Amino acid sequence: MTTTTLASSRKPAGRLKLDRDDWIIRVLLIGFAGLLVVALIIPLYMLISRSFHDDTGAFVGLSNYVLYFETPALFQSINNSFYIASVSSVISVILAFAYAYALTRTCMKFKGFFKVMAVIPLLSPGILKAIALVYWFGNQGLLKEMLMGHSIYGSIGIIMGSVFWTFPHAVLVIATAMALSDLRLYEAADSMRTSSSRTFFTITLPGIKYGLISAFMIVFIRIFTDFGIPKVIGGNYNVLATDIYKEVVGQQNFEMGAVVSVVLLIPALFAFIIDRIVTGKQVAALSSRSVPFSPKPNKWVDGGMMAYCLLITFLMFCVLGMAQFASLVKFWPYNMELTLDHYKFDMIGVGWSNFFNSLWLSICASVFGTFIVFLGAYLVEKPRQGQDTIIRQIIQFLAMLPLAVPGLVLGLSYLFFINSPGNPFGFLYGTVAILAISTVTHYYTPTHLMAVTALKQMDREFEAVSASLKVPLSKSFWRITVPVCMPAILDISIYLFLNAMTTVSAIIFLYGPLTEVASIATIHMDELGETASAAAMGMLIVYACVIVRVLHGFAASKILNRLQAWRYR
Amino acid sequence: MNAKPINTSNSYLSISGLSKFYGSFAALDDVSFDIAKGEFICFLGPSGCGKTTLLRCIAGLETQNQGEIILAGKDISWLPPSSRDFGIVFQSYALFPNLTVTNNITYGLVNQKMPAFEMKEKCGELLNLVDLTEHANKYPIQLSGGQQQRVALARALATSPGLLLLDEPLSALDAKVRSYLRREIRKIHNRLGVTTIMVTHDQEEAQSMADRIIIINEGRIEQTGTPDEIYDQPATPFVANFIGIMNFFPAVTGENSLDCEATSLKFDTGEYSTGTKLNCAIRPEDVTLSTSFDKLDNVIDATITEVENLGPFSRIFLNAPTLGTPEMIVDVRKDAMLQHMADWIPGKLVQIHIPAKRIRTYRVEV
Repeated sequence: MTTTTLASSRKPAGRLKLDRDDWIIRVLLIGFAGLLVVALIIPLYMLISRSFHDDTGAFVGLSNYVLYFETPALFQSINNSFYIASVSSVISVILAFAYAYALTRTCMKFKGFFKVMAVIPLLSPGILKAIALVYWFGNQGLLKEMLMGHSIYGSIGIIMGSVFWTFPHAVLVIATAMALSDLRLYEAADSMRTSSSRTFFTITLPGIKYGLISAFMIVFIRIFTDFGIPKVIGGNYNVLATDIYKEVVGQQNFEMGAVVSVVLLIPALFAFIIDRIVTGKQVAALSSRSVPFSPKPNKWVDGGMMAYCLLITFLMFCVLGMAQFASLVKFWPYNMELTLDHYKFDMIGVGWSNFFNSLWLSICASVFGTFIVFLGAYLVEKPRQGQDTIIRQIIQFLAMLPLAVPGLVLGLSYLFFINSPGNPFGFLYGTVAILAISTVTHYYTPTHLMAVTALKQMDREFEAVSASLKVPLSKSFWRITVPVCMPAILDISIYLFLNAMTTVSAIIFLYGPLTEVASIATIHMDELGETASAAAMGMLIVYACVIVRVLHGFAASKILNRLQAWRYR
Repeated sequence: MNAKPINTSNSYLSISGLSKFYGSFAALDDVSFDIAKGEFICFLGPSGCGKTTLLRCIAGLETQNQGEIILAGKDISWLPPSSRDFGIVFQSYALFPNLTVTNNITYGLVNQKMPAFEMKEKCGELLNLVDLTEHANKYPIQLSGGQQQRVALARALATSPGLLLLDEPLSALDAKVRSYLRREIRKIHNRLGVTTIMVTHDQEEAQSMADRIIIINEGRIEQTGTPDEIYDQPATPFVANFIGIMNFFPAVTGENSLDCEATSLKFDTGEYSTGTKLNCAIRPEDVTLSTSFDKLDNVIDATITEVENLGPFSRIFLNAPTLGTPEMIVDVRKDAMLQHMADWIPGKLVQIHIPAKRIRTYRVEV
């Protein structure tokens, strides 16, 4: 606007002097970026680099990849993975769409109950569903005949297990998208006497299209990169994730493991990018003036939807119920007497210690992870915007990356990183610490976003006020920021705890003899043919998660009620 | 810092040559001014003019590209906010939601290691000052917007800063509370005498509160002056147009006259040479309206197009083709209006008198 000013004067004549807090923030930011580089970039680099080397460490270019694509047995897995993931995702999203529709767009009764029932499966590891399916449809299964001669071991089993496993995730994403719709559009359609089917196709579906795509992508990545379910129920049907495990653990062929990991990483990256783009659009599409939709009763729709939800809930109950039942049966199917023997875990290398390892890991991941995640989000979001911009952007990018990295790939990267000669972190191998670090890194992105959302809701001038009052940032952080963000902090801690209890893929390459956790012990007992004990261990995880979730909810409401009286008028 | 040409002895805050760029956009362009100790200053301008940026530069929340900021004889141009002596109140209040009113106010005092009894006393004084004593133990969410803003004010004053910065403090409040708080803030300023800068886009607010107003447009200072000076002698057409209502008409200077479209007004052209193109301005209340004037200069014919009754006065819109302007606005007091109810209606031909002394002129840049 002012053309007279010389371009040279646009260069700042100086910089603001940094005060003590600015220096602390700068040092922390650099330290934090370094931490993320060490926890994410260096291990991934080592994995990718490994795929271009042979087992003596010599650079061999693409020859590992050539070998991979020349081996039909390996190559076939790409097709299998895509097939499984596509079919399961479509089924899962369609089922979830109807369920979410019932929850948000009808006047169905017992919505609260159905909401809880949809989320409960999140508290159990995926492998437990696979084990339950074996009891229903396996060689000794109760309903084996229903498969009409097909075997549950293979694509059928993986698809069924994957659908059960990802259904709750899809419901959550789609229901959230549906809850954001604008009532006024429906009123306008009504006033123009639009038929309900036309309303559905011209308003309802377009309104949640981004939510549907996002749900599909999230579910697709999960199934595409999942290891536990194909491991337990896949039989001879190979997918990419089980290939990595076989190459690394079975054949000790780390280079090929790295190649398969890269093959797995690329589609996951694509799905991740699509999900990011779509999520951005979903938020932008909602105007602040929208009026939330409130459904009108309709006897037939409400009744039909309730029948549907009951059916789904019943099926999910059957899965978990079977796991519980099978773990109590003395010797399936010959001696159906009930016993607690399978909860003794008296096999070599397995025991209750695995369960306590899980608890210990989850507590570590939860406490340490919540602290790191929140501090990281605070550093990026809060003090003195406009300074250290580049390093903040780097951290923000690194914080989004874990969503694109499958757990198995991350775990293998850590294995390479930790075992590389001369690595000062080598002592971490097999410790709870490395399991916790891997878990927190794997679940970093969603927790980071939770923290960022909470921090963004705070007044952006708090830091300026603190500076004008000459109060150090550290004090404002503990006195203001942490208390105000307490609900998000509690959410992050329980999210990390539950995921640490149920995860397999992020830690299966990293545990040691003393740190084998319950979810991995479940897989091992299943491998040994001790399926009932595996089911028992899986159920222990479920009960632990439910109890902790309830206790956490109770404690959280206590804390929020007593310490946060300021939230209420 | 020493030996500045301007009288630094009298100046508490001195800004010179301050510029701030966002890319090629000049948010602030060579801004300079001085503020004396104890003054109440308003930065006034349309949104996006750079007034908030200027305030934030003074606080150290934004960094200028160029220029010097001297506060109480100390060069603070490149000091971080924590090393500058100011208190600040934001439009959003920015009260700490999890602290009571008392704890919000004493937030900065605790850090100064003030003894507890002294702090209690100080807090009591401040609560009394902003008239919130009975709300001392409430949380911000339990207070109305106006009360919250008073807490923010008390918090900013608690550490006894040398400079108080108010960033659009009243714009989030409704009209009644706003006019009440205007007087409150002014009263507090009179009692404490703290040098105050308030940013506002509301000219009424600026005129009713400020000792001096600094009018900013497109990153530059348009005029600095007391509210009366700004209103009566607007330095530029922008100020004339921005403050209050102004009628403009084009003219060319003649021999002690302004030659308009189809008439000529008597006017002391002073320094202007004959034939200078001017943009002339006159306030609506300076124009008088009559059915016929006797023996007065500068009387022209006009037709009434619209009459707006605004309570204490009426605003009359006229068509005055001889002046070469599509619309003249004249404000008429209620008593005058009542005498002429029948004559001053749309469609009537009237005469208006434009007193030469009240005409402001601005050279038209070619």
